[in-house]
Amino acid sequence: MSTTVIAEMPGQEIPAESRVNYLNASYGVKSWLLTTDHKRIALLYLGSITLMFFVGGFFAVMMRLHLIEPQGALVAPETYNKLFTMHGVIMVFFFLVPSIPATLGNFLVPMMIGARDLAFPRLNLLSWYIYIIGAAFTLSAVISGGVDTGWTFYTPYSSTFSHTSVIPTALGVFITGFSSILTGLNFVVTIHKMRAPGLTWFRLPLFIWAMYATSIIFILGTPVIAITIFLLGLERLLHIGIFDPAIGGDPILFQHMFWFYSHPAVYIMILPGMGVMSELITCFSRKRIFGYTFVAFSSLAIAIISFLVWGHHMFVTGQSIYAGLIFSVLSFLVAIPSAVKVFNWTATLYKGSISYDAPMLYALGFIGLFTMGGLTGLFLASLATDVHLNGTYFIVAHFHYIMVGGAVMAYLGGIHFWWPKITGRMYPDGWARFAALVIFVGFNLTFFPQFVLGYLGMPRRYAVYPGEFQVLNVMSSAGASILGIGYLIPLIYLLWSIRYGPIAGPNPWGAKGLEWETPSPPPTENFEEIPVVNEDAYDYANVGGSRV
Amino acid sequence: MMTGLMQTSFYNMAAAVASIPIHPTSASSIADSVDHLYYFLTAITLFFTFGIFTTIFYFMVRFRRRSPDEQPADTKTYLALELTWTIVPTLITVVIFVWASSLYFENSRPPEASTEIFVVGKQWMWHIQHPEGPREINELHVPVNAPIKITMTSDDVIHDFYIPAFRVKKDAVPGRYTSIWFQATKIGTYHIFCAQYCGADHAEMIGWVYVMSPSDYAAWLSGGARNETMAQTGERLFTQLGCVTCHVADNTGRGPSLVGLYGKQEKLRNGDTKLVDEALIRQAIVTPNSIILPNYPPIMPTFQGQINEEQVLQLIAYVKSLGTEERKTNGK
Repeated sequence: MSTTVIAEMPGQEIPAESRVNYLNASYGVKSWLLTTDHKRIALLYLGSITLMFFVGGFFAVMMRLHLIEPQGALVAPETYNKLFTMHGVIMVFFFLVPSIPATLGNFLVPMMIGARDLAFPRLNLLSWYIYIIGAAFTLSAVISGGVDTGWTFYTPYSSTFSHTSVIPTALGVFITGFSSILTGLNFVVTIHKMRAPGLTWFRLPLFIWAMYATSIIFILGTPVIAITIFLLGLERLLHIGIFDPAIGGDPILFQHMFWFYSHPAVYIMILPGMGVMSELITCFSRKRIFGYTFVAFSSLAIAIISFLVWGHHMFVTGQSIYAGLIFSVLSFLVAIPSAVKVFNWTATLYKGSISYDAPMLYALGFIGLFTMGGLTGLFLASLATDVHLNGTYFIVAHFHYIMVGGAVMAYLGGIHFWWPKITGRMYPDGWARFAALVIFVGFNLTFFPQFVLGYLGMPRRYAVYPGEFQVLNVMSSAGASILGIGYLIPLIYLLWSIRYGPIAGPNPWGAKGLEWETPSPPPTENFEEIPVVNEDAYDYANVGGSRV
Repeated sequence: MMTGLMQTSFYNMAAAVASIPIHPTSASSIADSVDHLYYFLTAITLFFTFGIFTTIFYFMVRFRRRSPDEQPADTKTYLALELTWTIVPTLITVVIFVWASSLYFENSRPPEASTEIFVVGKQWMWHIQHPEGPREINELHVPVNAPIKITMTSDDVIHDFYIPAFRVKKDAVPGRYTSIWFQATKIGTYHIFCAQYCGADHAEMIGWVYVMSPSDYAAWLSGGARNETMAQTGERLFTQLGCVTCHVADNTGRGPSLVGLYGKQEKLRNGDTKLVDEALIRQAIVTPNSIILPNYPPIMPTFQGQINEEQVLQLIAYVKSLGTEERKTNGK
C-alpha cells in the first residue's frame, strides 16, 4: 500500500507514520493526561469543547423544536427555561470563550512565533484541569435538575427567587474563569518573551495580535466575573443584601458588574475569529494582508473600548438618560475598528489568486455573517430603536450572527485550515465544502427570521407565544435542524480523516508562517532549530520564502 | 396531475410567504419616528451587506486561481483608502447617534399634562391602578390621543413592561420607580409583554392595552362598582396603619406634617437636600431611618413587608393629594 503525498514540496516525502511526532512520541492515557506539550493540551481542549458544543447544541435543537407550536410542542415552561439557560451557559462559558484560544491558540501561538512551547507549560496543563473541574460542576447542575436563571444570572431572580441549581452552575463558571486567566497570562508572557530571532512585533501573524488582545481581556475582565459570581453566591446563601432590594441591595448593580465582564467577553469570542480570518484570507488569495498595522491595532482598539460599553445592555433598566448617551456613543465607536477589519479583508482579495478550498468558504461566510451581525448592532447602540428591540428576538438574532455566524464560522474555518497540520491528514474536500454551504444556509434560515420576530415585538425567552409569530418561528426551527446536520457532517469526516485521510504533507495550502515550515504533525519540540525570521508576515509575493 | 399538485403547493407556499408579517402595528405618537430611524438603519445595513457581498463575489470570480502556481503581485497599501473607510463609517455613526439620541431624549420626557397610571409587576402578572380608582390585572384601559405616564415598580424580581405597538419598554425594578409615557393614536387592542425573563411563567406574563375613545373611556372609568380613588384608598391606609397618629396635619404630632410636602426640597439631618418625590416617599415608608429630618426623632418603624408595592403607591397618591409645593406657590 503506497502512501499518497499531496504536498509538492521536494524532500518532504517521508510518510508521517515513520517519523516521530507529538502524536506518536509516547502512548497511553497517562502520556496525555500528564502532558505539558501545548499541542497535546490543545487536543485535550478540542475534545472537551467539542463535547460541550454538542451538549449545548442539543439544548438549542430541543428549544427550536419546542417553539414549532405557539403553545409549546415539547416541554413544560420550566423545562424550556432550563433549556435556554443551559444552552447559554454551556455555549458561552464552556465553548465560545475557550474555543479558538484554548485549541488553535494553544496549538499555534508557540508554533507561529518559533517557540518550542508556551512560557509556562505546566500552568497550561493546569488551566485545562481547571476547565474540566468547572465543566464538571456545571454539568452536575444539569444532571441534578438544571438551572433556570438565563445565562445572565440576573438578580434578584437568581439570588432569591430561583429554586434551581444556581450555585453549582455559577461555581462552574467561576472556576472555569481561572483557566481563562491562566491561558491569557501564558499567551501574554509567551508572545512578549519567546518570539524567534528577527520576529519583531510588526512581523507577527495577525492571529498572534488577536490572541494578544484576547489575552488582555482574559486577564483584566475575567476576575470581575469571578467577583460578581462570588457575590451572587454569598447573596444566595447568606442573604446579606448586595443585590436584593428587599434587604437593602441593588439588583442593577449586578448587571453593571456582570456586563463589565460579559461585554468584553463578546470580544473574547470574536477577536480570535478575526485573527483566524486574517490567516485564511491571505493564504487562499496568496496575498499579503491589506493594511497590516490597521488590522493589528484595530484588535487592540477593540479590546480597550470593549471595557467601556457595558451600559448599552442596560438602556431600559431606568439608567439615566445621560449615562445612556455616553454608552451609546462608545458603542458606536467600537463598531469602527470592526468595520476597518472587514474592509481590509475584502481589499486583500483584490488582484489575488483566490481558491475555493473549504477553509476559504468558511472565511467568506464569516465576512458576510459578521457584517450582518455588526451592522445590526447599530440598531441596538441607537438609543431610540434599542428601546423597542431590547429583550426581543432581534437581540437573539444579532448576537448569534456575531457568535455563531462570526465566531463559530471562524473556528470551523481555522479547524479546517490547520487540521492537516494538527493531524497530518487531509479531510475530504468535497464534504467540507458541502458542510460549509449547509451551515451557511441553515444558519441564515435559523436566525434571519428572528430579526423580523424581534422587530414585530416577540420577546426572547418565551416558552409559549402568540399565534401571529408562528410562521417565522417554524422557519427558524427548520433552519436549526439544517444547521444541526451541518455541524454533524464535519464531526464525522474529520474523525474519519484521522485514520483514513490522505497524508497531508507539511504545507498542503502553500501557506506562509512558521507553523507550516515544520512537518505535519510537528515533532514534540516543534522546531529542530529555532528559526530566524527575516521577512514580514504573509509575504506571499516572495516565492520560495528565502528565510535563512 | 403532478404539475397541478406542484402548482397548488407553490401557490400555498407563496400565500404563506406573503402572509408573513414583517412590520409591527404602530399605534403611538412616537412609533412612526422610531420606525423611520429603523428604516434608515435597515437601509445602511442592506447597503453595506450587499456592497461587501457583491465585492467579494466579484473578486472571487474575477481573481479566481487559474493555475496552481499562479503568483499574484504583492499587495499595495493605500493610506488614503484606509483613512476613507475609517472616517466615512465614523461620520455615518455620528449621524445615527445624533438622530437616535435626540429622538430618545424627546421620547423620554412625558408631557406635563400626562395622566399617571401605576403598574406593579409580580410573578406573573401586571397589577395596574388608575388614580381615579379602578384597578386591573393584565389589562390597561387608556383613552386615545391623551398622554399617559406609566410609573412602575416590581414586587419581586425585575420585569419589563413592553408595548410593541407603542415602541415603549422599561424594566420594572424592585425597590425603585421607573417610568415611560405614550400617547396612543389608534383605537384598538395591543399586546403588553413582559420583556425581562422573570421565572417559570415569564411567557404568560402578557396582557392587553385597550385604547378607547374618550367617551368610551369615561364610561369605562365610571362603570362597574363605585371605586374610591387611589388617594382615598391611600388615606384609608394612612389611618389603618396608624400613620395619622404621628403625621398630624397641623404639625403638632411626633412626625412632620405631610401637607404640601410633595415636590418640596427638604433638608435632611445629615445635611443633604432632597427632592420629595415618589421615590423619596417610598424610601421613607420602607426604610424610614435612611432619611431623617432635623428636629424629629428617628422613631418611625419600617413598613417593609407589611404593605405591598401597590399600597405604597396608594399612600404616595394620598401624600401627593395633600398638596404640592408648586400648587402652593402657584396659589399665592
